[in-house]
Amino acid sequence: MPTDTPPSLYAAQEPIFPRRVTGFFRRFKWWIMIVTLGIYYLTPWIRWDRGPTLPDQAVLVDLASRRFYFFWIEIWPHEFYFVAGLLIMAGLGLFLFTSALGRVWCGYTCPQTVWTDLFILVERWIEGDRNARVRLYKAKWDLHKWRLRITKWAVWLIIAIATGGAWVFYFTDAPQLAVDLVQFTAHPAAYITIAVLTATTFVFGGFMREQVCIYMCPWPRIQAAMTDVDTITVAYRDWRGEPRGKGNVRKRDRAAAEKAEREAQAAGPGVAKYGALENAPLIAIEVEEHGDCIDCMACVNVCPMGIDIRNGQQMECITCALCIDACDDVMDKIGKPRGLIDYMALSDEVAERAGEAPKPIWKHILRPRTILYTVLWLLVGVGLVYALFVRSDIELTVSPVRNPTYVTLSDGSIRNIYDVRLRNKQGEDRTFHMSLSSDEILRIELEGRGDELNMVVPAQQTLQQRVYVIARPQDPAASSDTTPLRLWVEDVGTKTRASKETTFNGKAN
Amino acid sequence: MSKRKRDEETGQETTGHSWDGIEELNTPLPRWWLWTLYLTIIWGIGYTIAYPAWPMISGATAGVMGWSTRANVATDIEAHEGQNAELVAALLEADIDALAETSDLARYAVARGGSVFRAQCSQCHGSGAAGAKGYPNLLDDDWLWGGNMEAITHTVRHGIRNTTDDDARYSEMPVFGEILEAEEIDSVVEYVISLSSTEYDAALVETGGIVFEDNCSACHGEAGLGDYDLGAPNLADAIWLYGGSREALHETITYSRYGVMPAWGQRLSEADVRSVSAYVHALGGGE
Repeated sequence: MPTDTPPSLYAAQEPIFPRRVTGFFRRFKWWIMIVTLGIYYLTPWIRWDRGPTLPDQAVLVDLASRRFYFFWIEIWPHEFYFVAGLLIMAGLGLFLFTSALGRVWCGYTCPQTVWTDLFILVERWIEGDRNARVRLYKAKWDLHKWRLRITKWAVWLIIAIATGGAWVFYFTDAPQLAVDLVQFTAHPAAYITIAVLTATTFVFGGFMREQVCIYMCPWPRIQAAMTDVDTITVAYRDWRGEPRGKGNVRKRDRAAAEKAEREAQAAGPGVAKYGALENAPLIAIEVEEHGDCIDCMACVNVCPMGIDIRNGQQMECITCALCIDACDDVMDKIGKPRGLIDYMALSDEVAERAGEAPKPIWKHILRPRTILYTVLWLLVGVGLVYALFVRSDIELTVSPVRNPTYVTLSDGSIRNIYDVRLRNKQGEDRTFHMSLSSDEILRIELEGRGDELNMVVPAQQTLQQRVYVIARPQDPAASSDTTPLRLWVEDVGTKTRASKETTFNGKAN
Repeated sequence: MSKRKRDEETGQETTGHSWDGIEELNTPLPRWWLWTLYLTIIWGIGYTIAYPAWPMISGATAGVMGWSTRANVATDIEAHEGQNAELVAALLEADIDALAETSDLARYAVARGGSVFRAQCSQCHGSGAAGAKGYPNLLDDDWLWGGNMEAITHTVRHGIRNTTDDDARYSEMPVFGEILEAEEIDSVVEYVISLSSTEYDAALVETGGIVFEDNCSACHGEAGLGDYDLGAPNLADAIWLYGGSREALHETITYSRYGVMPAWGQRLSEADVRSVSAYVHALGGGE
């Protein structure tokens, strides 16, 4: 309705009071919550024996020593491509799941969803279900309200502290840090991190909830570009539900229609012109076309995002599927088939409306797009696993010094310099022998060691060694532009070898 | 004043603005978003009070927290020097030759000397120490004034042929263009070529040898191997500071050469002089 005041450009947050719901998807979500939160809180406490010199925490991001430990896998900084690969896999996985199943990530596993779910659960335990919470919300701030609110906030705060606390355990030895935290001797960074994460968990899970999804997260906007008509998503069978009407209204309508018809017949053609044509047929059409939706608002009341799924696909919908549970429950009660709100592809909604059978689910999921994503995902995955298994426990890098490209010595010999980095990824000191292979005659020397070609690399350390390669003036390598050569290192004890190819620069005329 | 209206297509509220019949839908921002804007403004005001911010005529407001990046750097440098104090003391006490051997102290000296070198020496000797024409290559095994730690340290500390340090290395090659005849210069060039090459004019070399012995051998030695004490280069090796072609040698003998290096002892700390000497010694030609 038009008014004289300009519209507000800012909207207040509408409070949402999600009602308790039971059903398949709710049970499924409880299990996911238990598993994901369990993984998050417990993982740092799993122990993994790596010998006396290395930490015994199964999953540890050791920033100070620049190591990442994951059970039997140990990643050094130069192997960061594993992390990059995992991120690419996570990205492709997200593409795959979104194109096949829409926003399943948002609905089931996103931390924002899981923690919000947990916070709502706590809220319900303390303040009661939807109606009680609405009443409490409207009530004035008396002792009762304060008591419930403070209890709720306290429990939220405990969860939030546990959440922030669990995070820091991933970065240092968990049992030791736990003791330090309690004794107030831990590093300030630990307390600051806990404080920040506690604050974000408390505020995001307790107060901002759907606001985070709608206004802060980019994913709802990206998903619009990633889903299509074959994507399985939560949708309302419009053709079946509409026009919606309350059950009792339907009865009254039918009675009114029957009455109007009777009156029309009894009154004869003259009156019937007015009654039957103007009133009765209209009411009768309305009655017959009432859909299965009885407008009970169950789907709206359980929605954590506060939307009405019957309005169609919306940016706010995180496809948590709780409306499916709620509606199925109602359909059971009124004796209608389940699935008025259901997981389905939008193309099926069109097909069903036209009276055709929907495509089987596998046909929606198996299509070129999802197959392509799966193949790419597998390629990266197989590549990473391959890289993991073939990686050597000797890491050798050779960087030729190119400033200058060569040095002329007083007897006319040409010398090239190489900076060699040798990593010993094992728990004990190892001695390596350095050698080179080339088609041409070249001599090798180690800076500071002369002709002594053995080097000791301490356990878990990297040795930097300058290597000289020398060609005598009469040798072809001295006067040719470049000569390929290969530098070898061999573990004197185990005879394991590693090599790197490089080039020798001569004095080209 | 505009009327609150709804768009017919979407049922969404419009702002009431209309341009050529195109209406603007109203999609309100959340109110808390507006609050965060106000919060950042308040934060911004506090920030400019706490930290250096407002430009004034000379400099900027200092901020009540007294924060300064320059002061931070100075503190960092001081902290590093504090951490290295023991190493620096050991460096100053150490026997200079000990810095050429493998030890933690020598590693520190070489690392420290590397940064001194890149800041102070690379302008002439190059960042890779490969030198240039007239600026010796420090990577090779050829030295003008000696390549052991003591000789290198002396050269770094006092420099070469400068006028600021009485202990600077000094020698001067005569301008032979004023002493020798043109033919004599041609022949001695050929003789010097013959010391390190197999391609020369034997007849010229024979007369050149006599000219060399009379005029050059006093400094460069009878075999042309040079003399560290006089800074006389070795003429029999493959390394040339000003080029080894006949033209370059001709120029050198006719007009002489006079390379100058500053006395770094006057500009660098003792620890830096020792460090950069250790670095140069470790470049690959130290004796």
